[in-house]
Amino acid sequence: MSDQELKEKSIFYRELTLKIITAANAGHTGGDLSCIDILNVLYNRILNVAPDRMNDPNRDRYVQSKGHAAEALYAILTERGFMPESWSERVGLYLSPVAGHPTRKIAGVEQSTGALGHGLSIAVGMAIAGKLDNRNYRVFCLMGDGELAEGSIWEASMAAAHYQLDNLIAIVDRNRLQISGSTEDVMSLEPLKEKFEAFGFSVREVDGNDTDALLAVFQAVPFEKGKPSLVLANTIKGKGISYMENQAKWHHGVPSEDQLQQALREFKAEREAL
Amino acid sequence: MLPPLKKGLPNLEYMAQILINRAKDDPNLMIVTSDSRGSGRVTGFSEQFPQQLIEVGIAEQNSVGISAGLASCGKKVFTISPGSFLSARSFEQVKNDVAYSNNPVALLGISSGVSYGGLGATHHSIHDIAALMAVPNLDLCIPADNFETETVLESYLQYPRPMYIRFGKKTMPLFYSSANEVTFGKAGILHQGSDILIIACGEALQPAYEGAAALEAEGISAGLISLHSLRPFDKTTILDMAASAKAVITLEEHSIYGGLGSIVASLLMERRLFRPIKILAFPNEDLVTGSQTDLFDHYGISASGITAAAAELLR
Repeated sequence: MSDQELKEKSIFYRELTLKIITAANAGHTGGDLSCIDILNVLYNRILNVAPDRMNDPNRDRYVQSKGHAAEALYAILTERGFMPESWSERVGLYLSPVAGHPTRKIAGVEQSTGALGHGLSIAVGMAIAGKLDNRNYRVFCLMGDGELAEGSIWEASMAAAHYQLDNLIAIVDRNRLQISGSTEDVMSLEPLKEKFEAFGFSVREVDGNDTDALLAVFQAVPFEKGKPSLVLANTIKGKGISYMENQAKWHHGVPSEDQLQQALREFKAEREAL
Repeated sequence: MLPPLKKGLPNLEYMAQILINRAKDDPNLMIVTSDSRGSGRVTGFSEQFPQQLIEVGIAEQNSVGISAGLASCGKKVFTISPGSFLSARSFEQVKNDVAYSNNPVALLGISSGVSYGGLGATHHSIHDIAALMAVPNLDLCIPADNFETETVLESYLQYPRPMYIRFGKKTMPLFYSSANEVTFGKAGILHQGSDILIIACGEALQPAYEGAAALEAEGISAGLISLHSLRPFDKTTILDMAASAKAVITLEEHSIYGGLGSIVASLLMERRLFRPIKILAFPNEDLVTGSQTDLFDHYGISASGITAAAAELLR
């Protein structure tokens, strides 16, 4: 059965993300939009987190290794009450508490990220701690596909398998584009599924912009006992806005007023079609 | 006068004893190593507390990232790796995942400075103080002897926070008679003197001590202070001692740029306390090959380097 509420929320988050970006006159628009459905499903259906539970040692952990998609995270954290709404209107601006990459100054952000290739190691540490302390929380780590060229990702992957961290769920936002163009032209990643399997992950591929499919895959973790899980989420960069989809130039493009209005019209039409 | 000193234990051996003692009552005390168990002197720890030592293999970036994750979940984490790699290979993880994210990890840079001697520049860390002092929210400690080591470790255990603690390999003498004589973050005044003030840290404290003794033998009154901590930095003691001396000499196992000497010099200049100063440290060039002792002697980080510098400064 389709989860209608999630689909509506995805549109809402896309709208809010664009508002955050236009207010800041900066942001990683394309990569925000590709991963919004993943964040939506995690925060609304999967993670046992809440603003008043961020000190609970049993909470699930979410580490956003692709810190560039800060605006998408801020949109969700704002709507879920982790972050004051006024902060989202001033991202990266003079004396704002919030920078253009996730910072722990926001109560809902587990780790400050932005330099790529860092999140998975931190998530491995959190997952090891969970095992040692016999806690049943899970650790989710979202990576961009472009950042998989960082060697530290593969150091962390080795450790995840070595320590049999089936409480760790790595997610790749596989939108196939990075700032300079196609991931396969810049530094080819394929065969990606086989690479992660060879490093010891249990891998499932999913349409990363389909909230129903994402929900099903996240409800099925761990995919195998004794192995870390990897969700290879095939997504569309710039998802949801016709003129941005699959365009590398929207990696950190900021829409003009006209473009913003067009996007808002598209969201309206999408909402009515639901 | 400056009395002869007793030998201590190698600082890492002393550290390992402290961690073993504390781990007995504290399951949250963890060590993370990157194939550096033996050189970090924690093989015994790993045998007694196999659950509390995480081995990551030769992967320093990962070791720091994992340590940050463990610390964020309430672990007290000691990350052990040679200072050259910990401060350079994993510099970004130190800056972002430990310091900026405020994960309370104690990063133990072992075999630092030129401890590896003849193994050459790849293994030297004469950049680590300069690099890490530029990172906010990271205490930076360089204990010289067992008692400074104990004070620094206890300070972390009582109040876990991001720290870099720099160790060498040498068995150092004891400059104090107990850890009670060392206050965390305060300069250790080892000798009072009115002509020259000598300031040193880590393993350079031994030649500094010998140099102070040599100056006293020549009739030059030499003050000597040990700084086990560059952040926090005991400005008050340095300014007080420098004010009552005619000139200042600093000694360190580091580049002349960005280390103890630079920090002391900028403090004195900013406070308009103008004293002739000599920074005894490694020049910004390819170092000659040799053991740590050879390199100290060659570049004047030595008693004779001090007496020569004092003669020039007091001329």
